[in-house]
Amino acid sequence: MAFFMDPKVVLNVKLLEVLYILMGIVAGYAGIKTLFEKEHKSRYPTAVFWISLAVILAFGRWMPKVVTGILVVIMAIPAIIKKVRPGTVPAVTKEYSKAMADKIGYKIFIPTLSMGTFAILFAVFTKISPLVGVGVGVIVAILLLMIFAKENKPKVFFEDSKRLLDTVGPLSMLPMLLAALGAIFTTAGVGQVIAGLVSKIIPEGNMTVGIIVFAIAMPLFTMIMGNAFAAITVITVGIGGPFVLALGANPTTIGMLALTCGYCGTLCTPMAANFNIVPVAILDMKGKYNVIKNQVLVAVILLVFQIGYMLIAK
Amino acid sequence: MIKLIGVAIVILGFALFVKILETIGNSFVANRGMAIFVIIMLVTGTLERNGLREMAAKLIGKIKNASAGMVIAAYGVLRLVLAAFNVSLGGTAGFVRPVVMPMATGAIEAKHGTVNEDHLEEVKGMSAGMENTTWFYGQVLFIGGSGALLVQSTLKGLGYETNLVDLAKVEIPVAIFALLVAGTLYFLKDRRLSKTLYSTKK
Repeated sequence: MAFFMDPKVVLNVKLLEVLYILMGIVAGYAGIKTLFEKEHKSRYPTAVFWISLAVILAFGRWMPKVVTGILVVIMAIPAIIKKVRPGTVPAVTKEYSKAMADKIGYKIFIPTLSMGTFAILFAVFTKISPLVGVGVGVIVAILLLMIFAKENKPKVFFEDSKRLLDTVGPLSMLPMLLAALGAIFTTAGVGQVIAGLVSKIIPEGNMTVGIIVFAIAMPLFTMIMGNAFAAITVITVGIGGPFVLALGANPTTIGMLALTCGYCGTLCTPMAANFNIVPVAILDMKGKYNVIKNQVLVAVILLVFQIGYMLIAK
Repeated sequence: MIKLIGVAIVILGFALFVKILETIGNSFVANRGMAIFVIIMLVTGTLERNGLREMAAKLIGKIKNASAGMVIAAYGVLRLVLAAFNVSLGGTAGFVRPVVMPMATGAIEAKHGTVNEDHLEEVKGMSAGMENTTWFYGQVLFIGGSGALLVQSTLKGLGYETNLVDLAKVEIPVAIFALLVAGTLYFLKDRRLSKTLYSTKK
């Protein structure tokens, strides 16, 4: 409590912590609710996952880093052994959502767009983090939905969020885990190793060559790892930093476009199974790679476009 | 002596282990913003409950005399815009299969009376391709999206400060171009298949 009263801590930091505590409550609700689902096939491991996440989100700031690290490992174990399973919250019936659609109509898009809108408003008009704007947008959306239909009681929102968290499952934590992996790689000096290797291939001090190598290494590494988030930290530290940014290129443009160059790799790899292979099963397709085949040309054109963009806007 | 080396290794190993745990903990706490989807889910589920998918389908259905390629392109526009607001309509299982596919096959049936199997397979592939492309390139427009946050924290590690608004702005031309490329390619491919696969039957 002293933290929130302390006048020395800036407002933005306090509001962000409030947001993280709210996120912790949502994740914690999913975990505790799971504990009470007697028919759940994997009750305790699933609860361990969501509750550890909740504690990290809500109290991460005040816990010793080692403790947080241990909690992350505890959270990852049930996920790695695939014991985090969806619960028994029933899905919404088509009849119900159809009836609500008839009642609410296109107004439903107002709360849908509110999170993004508030993120932009906060980013443009305040010095407070746009993430806090997202949180405000969520509250506004909740209020609007409660006004639209009296059936939308507070409990409904928590039940629905648990159902959705169940659907996305531990995969949703991948970006944060990959960021942590990237941090370990950086601390361990993997970036320098890659930089050493690359310096043997490309001439140092040539920004154009550096950009092209950076922009092509991203999708290649992404195809191997199956995820651009896994590639961005290592390749940025290894190639983007020493061969492009150190020469004075614009970090915002180059750094961000490198990520979306990586996405071209995601479109082309079976390693990104949940995007490229799972849909084949969901849509009852005949060819295992027919989603990828429809994406390769799009990916190649986008990569060329982005390399051109980087070279012009560097 | 050997015992001493053993003890030293254990101590070193333990120190390294603690160091790794600290790095993980530190990175995780610093990147908690990436879990912003947790708070967004507080409304997305209830939006679905209140008819978001039905209204999205109705919006796409407004196009008259649509071909399958046009249905897919229209879905792409809607998905890209919603992705920029970090809202998904439910992915392949939640939206493409139950909503986009019936609309696309309905469009083919209206024109040819029947749906050729090879055509159907490609329409499925293109729908999934549109789903992925617009999601990837739409989400980077969301200010506070996990991609930009990861880039920001990576660049910070190298000593470069960036802000989320600028990072999102960089992606605007890419997102528009991605939508145009995927929309055009799929529209043309569908038109070509529609012309070649049915000519002998009529």
